[in-house]
Amino acid sequence: MIPPAFEYLRPNTIPEAITLLQQHGEDAKILSGGQSLIPMMKLRIARPGYLIDINRISGLSYIKEEGGFLKIGGLTREAELEASLLIRSKYPILIDTTHVIADPQVRNLATVAGNLAHGDPANDHPATMLALGAQVVATGSGGERAIAIEEFFLSLFSTALQPGEILTEIRIPVPAARSGGAYFKLERKVGDFATAAVAAQVTLDANGVVQKVGIGLTNVGPTPIKAKKAEDFLRGKKLDQVNIRQAAQLAGDEAQPSSDLRGPAEYKKGLIKELAKRALARAAERAGT
Amino acid sequence: MAKKQLVSVKVNGHEREAAVEPRLLLVHFIRESLQLTGTHIGCDTSHCGACTVVLNGKTVKSCTMFAVQADGAEILTVEGLASASGQLHALQEGFKQEHGLQCGFCTPGMLMSSFALLHNNPNPSEEEIRRGISGNLCRCTGYQNIVGAVQYAAAKMAKTESEANVAEGVAK
Ligand SMILES: Cc1cc2nc3c(=O)[nH]c(=O)nc-3n(C[C@H](O)[C@H](O)[C@H](O)COP(=O)(O)OP(=O)(O)OC[C@H]3O[C@@H](n4cnc5c(N)ncnc54)[C@H](O)[C@@H]3O)c2cc1C
Ligand code: FES
Ligand code: FES
Repeated sequence: MIPPAFEYLRPNTIPEAITLLQQHGEDAKILSGGQSLIPMMKLRIARPGYLIDINRISGLSYIKEEGGFLKIGGLTREAELEASLLIRSKYPILIDTTHVIADPQVRNLATVAGNLAHGDPANDHPATMLALGAQVVATGSGGERAIAIEEFFLSLFSTALQPGEILTEIRIPVPAARSGGAYFKLERKVGDFATAAVAAQVTLDANGVVQKVGIGLTNVGPTPIKAKKAEDFLRGKKLDQVNIRQAAQLAGDEAQPSSDLRGPAEYKKGLIKELAKRALARAAERAGT
Repeated sequence: MAKKQLVSVKVNGHEREAAVEPRLLLVHFIRESLQLTGTHIGCDTSHCGACTVVLNGKTVKSCTMFAVQADGAEILTVEGLASASGQLHALQEGFKQEHGLQCGFCTPGMLMSSFALLHNNPNPSEEEIRRGISGNLCRCTGYQNIVGAVQYAAAKMAKTESEANVAEGVAK
């Protein structure tokens, strides 16, 4: 499969990349890992006239804690996230997530930023970022702006990024003591997109009462879903079995799956309920109830 | 047609160069421009891993990358595994000894993924091997013998290394 012809541009700095994006407007696309874009171009679902390859821009690949945030650079690859000692020791939910994305070759190239910017509700990081209450930093000609992840996913394959903007950083608030999170996904085989998946992140107080909670759902609607009713229900309650079961039921109700190759809608709702139960239980365990 | 761009790469230790259209996939560059047909195209949809090569030390699916992106890179393909004198790499020997292949179509990709795995983790567990080759599909073997082949290679490479250390008088 050969994609349509395009012009290939390879800027070395963010300002250069932004200038090129502005010059070519809607006809340009950013190329990062290429693991979603290139398959789409080969199928001719995407036909950009200009590809702006940002891979040679230096300084966009990092994972660090700074100013109360975990910061992930715009070019950080899944493989780097998976190998990071900081992530391994403090952010098991991110390890859960990257671990079930695609396969080793894809993870060597695919970026976390691209996973969000693609706006695909089947991708795994969106739900996790919703659970973690992340922000994304968009850099354009006017400088940087931070976008709350809840406001980022507009519709299928559409995000709050403007055509002239690059997603340059992901910011995750450093979790307080007694926090924990987990991501549970059911896939038909290794490397497959989720039939359904649930991300849960909680912060408990000294009595085991939920202070903060985030729940994100993968591939059960036109956008990634933040399970707000389940979150509201849990806030101020103990994370015990009964409450977890009730919250999981609410999360299942909030899912809007459609029937497809991966299964009927009713099955997926049931699946969300079960995965939410498991994700919340694991999150509680990791928070140290 | 978009204008051609020069792509220079170091493939299996040799500097190679060609002017290509930006839309040329790396796998076509390798097979057609460079005439290295050991790298296979299985699915052409980023799923099977038959097209896997090692690029700057990391495995990639060469059907899911443009040749222009690889400009300046070092690439290792299956042709680069054996020594110049034709001695098989321990992995190639392992696949032969342990029946790690049947039709052989997936083998170049399996070898490259296993190569990168052993490079990063010389003594992988069975689970780590299975995860390391999880981006490579095989329709014939059922994977069991491939895992055996990688274990064979890991053992052989460890032995060769310890012998070399003894020869050098290095206390390990
Ligand atoms: C076989 C296979 C299996 C996969 N399985 C999974 C899976 O299980 N779960 C999962 O989540 N994903 C999966 N993926 C998708 C993979 O993780 C993608 O690579 C990822 O979603 C996109 O990241 P990328 O860096 O490759 O982006 P690209 O493909 O380069 O870009 C994707 C889109 O985002 C835009 N974009 C990219 N980076 C930026 C940026 N910094 N700023 C602004 N816009 C940007 C591009 O213009 C493009 O429109 C799979 C892919 C393959 C090939
Ligand atoms: S041919 Fe590249 S993954 Fe199958
Ligand atoms: S040996 Fe035939 S596909 Fe693997």
